Amino acid sequence: MSAASVLLVDDERDFVSAMTKRLTKRDLEVSNAFDGLEALEALSKDDRIEVVILDVKMPGMSGVETLREIKRRYPLVEVIMLTGYATIETAIEGMKLGAYDYLIKPCEMDELLGKVGEALEKRRKHQNKILEARTREVIQRRET
Amino acid sequence: MKNLFKLPEGPGLQENQSYYRSLNRKMVTLMIVVSLLPLIVVSGVVGYQFQASYQEKVYVHLEELVQKHTQNIDNFLHEKLNDIRVVANSYSFEELTNETFFQHLLTILQKEHGGVFVDMGIVHQSGRQAAYTGVFKLEGADYSNADWFKQAMKTQYYISDVFLGLRGFPHFIVAVKRVWQGEPYIVRATIDFVAFNSLVEHIQIGRTGSAFIMNRQGKFQTRPKTSIKINNETFADQINKMFAETKSGGSQAELPALPGNDTPPQSLRPRPAIQSEVTISEIVDEENHSQIVVMTPLKDGEWILVFLQEKADAFSQFYRTRNVAVILLLLGAIGIVITSFAVSRLLVSRIARSDAEKKVMNQQIIETGKLASLGELAAGIAHEINNPVAIMVEEAGWIGDLLEEDNFKDRENYLECQRALKQIQTQGGRCKQITHKLLSFARKTDPSAAEVNLNDLIREVVSLSEQRAKYANVQMETHLSLEIPPVRLSPSEMQQVLLNLINNAIDAMGKGGGRLGVADWMEDGYLVIEVSDTGPGIPEANLPRIFDPFFTTKPVGEGTGLGLSICYGIIKKMNGEFRVRSAIGQGTTFQVWVPVAGQKPRPGEKDETERQKDIQV
Repeated sequence: MSAASVLLVDDERDFVSAMTKRLTKRDLEVSNAFDGLEALEALSKDDRIEVVILDVKMPGMSGVETLREIKRRYPLVEVIMLTGYATIETAIEGMKLGAYDYLIKPCEMDELLGKVGEALEKRRKHQNKILEARTREVIQRRET
Repeated sequence: MKNLFKLPEGPGLQENQSYYRSLNRKMVTLMIVVSLLPLIVVSGVVGYQFQASYQEKVYVHLEELVQKHTQNIDNFLHEKLNDIRVVANSYSFEELTNETFFQHLLTILQKEHGGVFVDMGIVHQSGRQAAYTGVFKLEGADYSNADWFKQAMKTQYYISDVFLGLRGFPHFIVAVKRVWQGEPYIVRATIDFVAFNSLVEHIQIGRTGSAFIMNRQGKFQTRPKTSIKINNETFADQINKMFAETKSGGSQAELPALPGNDTPPQSLRPRPAIQSEVTISEIVDEENHSQIVVMTPLKDGEWILVFLQEKADAFSQFYRTRNVAVILLLLGAIGIVITSFAVSRLLVSRIARSDAEKKVMNQQIIETGKLASLGELAAGIAHEINNPVAIMVEEAGWIGDLLEEDNFKDRENYLECQRALKQIQTQGGRCKQITHKLLSFARKTDPSAAEVNLNDLIREVVSLSEQRAKYANVQMETHLSLEIPPVRLSPSEMQQVLLNLINNAIDAMGKGGGRLGVADWMEDGYLVIEVSDTGPGIPEANLPRIFDPFFTTKPVGEGTGLGLSICYGIIKKMNGEFRVRSAIGQGTTFQVWVPVAGQKPRPGEKDETERQKDIQV
């Protein structure tokens, strides 16, 4: 399995830089964005990004809005919400919009890695299923 | 147990009371005015109308009566005069001067008129009595100086006033002038005063009504039945006026003196009653009684028939009816006044109570609002703290990552560095826990019920208070039962109640500190949560008031006096109740009894008196 590509979105630059170092050290390919628009731009440029770690409270486009947009444009990309400001409403909203999970800062590295791994696995399974279905389609078309 | 909405006591109370008193006064005044005014106006108008019509009726009645009697008296006089005329005109001078015949005539007249005629006489124009018959010895009497004689000589017919005369006995004279042998004579008869008097005396109406006759000189012509206590100029004026309006004996003077003329003079014919001749007025006698005076001229204006009746007597029936009406009116008014007082008192007490309720509610809203804004603030702070803590934790994690690299492992302080990093991670986690608790607690008080594990809830509240307890030198102990089933209640409200009780307990123990016990157990289908302290206890006098809104023993500005009151409201809403036990110097125990979800509360189990016993000092 190739190195997973993760996009880290947070307006706290110090947090992003520390987290990026730590995730990179754990063999993840990490790219950064500091608000929602940047995140969408990064996704449009790099189609290898599989998981997005997304802050909820950001200036401009909020985490929830960003999540909605990501899920609309790139349904296969898994999103993990990570926030210091946890409310039940945003958590429920996030889960409804298709976030993979909802984590609260400060978060244990192992927990985060676990979630990323699970999300990655889910995405890859999903991707494989689609691939299989398409392949089957192609094979069936050839046979007929 | 207590009235949650008792009128709040405090500095505003005095103002409130005077406000409610003035409100009460205004309402009473308004109600009384609105109900009594129309009653009084209507009664006044109706009463006035009734009095006017009654007075008119009484006056008309008196007028008719007096007119009737006047006619009777006039008829009586004319009848007697006519008799004498008949005597004078029917017989010759010789016949009449015959003593036996004259006496015979008198006897016949007396028989016909029941002794009205006392005696008869014929008087020569010189005044000497030419013939006489009767009980008195008056033959040859000289009347030349008598008033009646002088008057009689002037006219054809004459009826005198009552006078004593020669006989010293009240009487009056009916005289007819006749010319015999070229010389004028007067044929006269004396009318018995008693007979005439009884005619007038018979006019009696009611208790005090009586009549009498007066002449122009103001002398009584009949005996008044009751002594007349009127010494009043108005009365005299009225009588004078009456005489002035009536021409005196004019009609008699104008009569042609025709001897033997059988036609009676105009004035002596029975006349139709003339309404306008009767005057009615009111005067006040010496005893201050109002008297109704009815006057009418008699004997061609020479006399006046006066009828007197006390107004109180004439109007007695009216006064009785009026008094009954006034008593009824007064009773009605008293009823209205009493009702006004009662109704306005009731209304004002309701208004006062609802005002007090509103005040308590406002305070609760303020309190809730304060909590809510505090909650928002806490949430903001939690978020702001979590971000830097996260960065710290991540940076520490990064150091940890770097330490894992081989060239660090052999260093002397590697283990110590790792321990320190671990500590940073742990403390970061603690920060997170604290902020999360703060967030969950500060969230708006949510009254919606949920299945709650009560032990968890108590632990959470206790852990929140632990720091405060530590600084206050208070040792916290929890004894939680394992048998507590999940309960359906509003967790945030229960948190509020528990936190309040715990905070109160810590405050009560003051700087000296003490032991604070929190326990729960099941009893009789109730869930019991107990918070006990080893503080100074609550004085007996304060015990019944501790749940009253605004009751506080804390210094001004430190306690709102609403905490327990709000708790009481919350527990009451859960169908639960509070029990308090306190001993001076030993401490206080608060128990919250909440019926377990699904089970109906059993208020019968512990009634009011039993609960009261629980409050022991």
